[in-house]
Formats: sequence, structure tokens, C-alpha cells
Amino acid sequence: MARLSAVLATTHHPFFHKITELTPPEEQPPFAAEWKRKVLAYRETLTAAEPDVLVMVGSDHFHQFFADNYPTFLIGKQARYDATFYNEVREFSMPTYELQGHEDLSGFMFQGLLDRGFDFSISHELKIDHSIICPIITTRPRADLPVVPIYTNIFAPPLPSAKRFYDLGRAIASIIEEWPADVNVAAVGSGHLSLELGGPRMFGEHGPDPEWDLQAIRWLAEGDVDSILEDVTWESMTAAGNATPGFLDLVLMLGIAGPTGAAYVDDLDLFHTREMYMTWYPEGDPR
Amino acid sequence: MSRYAVNKFLYQVDGDPSLLAEYKADPAALVARWETEIGPWLGTGARTVERTSWISLTDAERQALVDHDYVALFEMGAHFFLTLTIFIALYDEEYAARSGPLSFQREYAAKLSAWTGREHPSVAL
Repeated sequence: MARLSAVLATTHHPFFHKITELTPPEEQPPFAAEWKRKVLAYRETLTAAEPDVLVMVGSDHFHQFFADNYPTFLIGKQARYDATFYNEVREFSMPTYELQGHEDLSGFMFQGLLDRGFDFSISHELKIDHSIICPIITTRPRADLPVVPIYTNIFAPPLPSAKRFYDLGRAIASIIEEWPADVNVAAVGSGHLSLELGGPRMFGEHGPDPEWDLQAIRWLAEGDVDSILEDVTWESMTAAGNATPGFLDLVLMLGIAGPTGAAYVDDLDLFHTREMYMTWYPEGDPR
Repeated sequence: MSRYAVNKFLYQVDGDPSLLAEYKADPAALVARWETEIGPWLGTGARTVERTSWISLTDAERQALVDHDYVALFEMGAHFFLTLTIFIALYDEEYAARSGPLSFQREYAAKLSAWTGREHPSVAL
């Protein structure tokens, strides 16, 4: 049976690559060196788990999916995936990628989700956006592992509850553990802490609600799912920023890890948003 | 439900560099062309056989799009991500050259400052 060797939950900041790789060192902002140091340290938490396959959780930002046909939960099942869209290259100088897929695990996961009452959509022509490519850049820039992409709607309300995201994570973990393959699977997902986009609190000196961010990091780091299920609602998240429901994908990752403390927790307060880097090792810490 | 049409306009124009260039150069002409030639085809791809008969903009929506009025679009419940992304594409470069990085984004936020601490207009589907 497959081993769930690591679960990573992180924010995705689309400007990391542009600021730390494409900007000449002398023109980089003062926080760039520390940002890069933290990302390299975080990358080691995935490398140490020696993954063979990555289950990637993200969300399409109106790149492929629009309101004419918007899936709540969707899985890709392809041999290859193209990644990053024209307007992400335009706005974020995002690199393009071709990722190898893992059709066998995608198919096993899709059936397993249906069997557990998660009526997923499926795509055989999915293009990957920065919600998955940002964590590829930060945690596995060689992009040498096959991926199974899972997309959630954290973006176009109404959304499923935090409990549904958590339970989905639990289901994904149980399916990975049932998969009859002698391999290490790591789950890597990205979302947001408090965030505002296209609203009055965007692009400030900090994220829109720094106190909410610290609370949210504590919840995840301690595996405090009870507090999350009690306090994380559409109303409480949007009070902390109109794009804060991206936190639901981090709740999903806690669901994959289970209600337990994280092995690695780090964060970085930046303009506009706070970055978060968190890792659990369900099979034990390999470091 | 013409808010759907506004979002469809923003989505389609932002995703196509030639439409985006037209929207910057002559917003009124592009909005008119979108309403007659682009918006009424089913979905958002390159389909040109199946039509949606009811896609249209209200006068206020059309005016907001022609005026590049992102505050009005925000207040109508156009999706904040679509609106931000397309206006960054239209204005970020010239603002940054003139007034420094993020100056457009900060002006955008300031123009919406009356909404700080208030529930935003719904963007629900």
C-alpha cells in the first residue's frame, strides 16, 4: 500500500519567482533574501519525505473555469499537464511548465472519492494555474514528479463548508493509504491566510487581518480542527478579507494530515499578505 | 442576471491579448463589439455556432465598462479578481513607470476605502 509520507500546506504568493529569481540581486526588496531562505528550508521538508508522486491541491483563479461551468471539486486525469496561463505570465512573470501526470492514481482517487460520497467533476484537458505552480516552484522546482491535481472552489461563492473541506481531506488521505502501490505519496496544497484582492484593504503594509493570520496558523499547527469548524465560516473569513476563503484549501490539507500537530511551521509577514509554510509527517518525521 | 455578462466580458477580454489591447485603445468600440459579436456565443471558448440569446448588459454596466470604472464594477458585484486582474493589465505599467511599483493597486484600494469594514457587495454566482 502507498505511504502518505508528507502533507504540506502553504500560501501561494505569485510574485516569489519574479522577486527572488528574475530581479537582479541589487534591485531586490529587503525582504527577498529572508523569503528565499525560508522557502529553501521549507523545500527540505518535502525532499526529506522522498516522495514519488505528488497529490496537488489548488484552485483555478478564473483561468480555465468560469461561471458558465464552475466545478466545486474537480480532479485531473491526464498523462501530461500544461501549466500557467497567458495572463499569469503577463502579470506575475510566471514560468510555464509541463508536468507529468499519474493517470493510475488519478483514476483510483476519482473512484475512491465517488465511493465516499464526494461527487467530483473530472477533467481530461486541465491546464494548471499558479495555485499549483507556486508550490511547485517553492517545494519542487525541478518538477520531476508525476502529479494528481485536485481543484476546489474557494473563489466563486457560495462555497462548501469548512467541514466539507476537512472531510474531503480525510477522504483523500484514506484513498492514498488504500492505493495498492509501493510508493511514497506527498500531498502539497496551497491556499491563503487573510487576503484582499480588488478591495479596499489590498496591497497594504501587511495582510488585511494579521491577528486572524496568527490565529489561523495556530489552529493548523496544533491540528485544532474543532476550533476551525466552530469559527471558520464564510462570514468570519470574508470579514478578514474578501479572498480569505482560500484558507479552506489549508483546512483541506489539515484534513489530509489529520487532527494532529504539524512537524514544521514557519511564516513570513510580507506586504499585502502573510506567507505560511507547514508540514506534517503522518508516517513519522524522516528528518 | 446581467452581472454574469459583466463577468463574462471581463473574463474574455482579460484572457485575450488582442481584445485587451482594443479595450485599452477604444473601450466604447470594444464593449459594443463584445455585445454583438463575442458575448452572445455560448460559453467562453472559440465557439461560433451555439448562441445564448439573452446575454446583454444594462446601461449602467455598459457605462462602467466603457468608463473603466472599477469602483462601479465593484459596487455592482462584478467578481473582484476578474476586475483587479484586468485593470492591473490596463494600468499597472504606466502607473509604475510614473509613480513607482504598486501605485496603481494602492490608488485602486484607496478609491474603495469607503468599503473598509463593511460587507462587500456579493459576488455570489
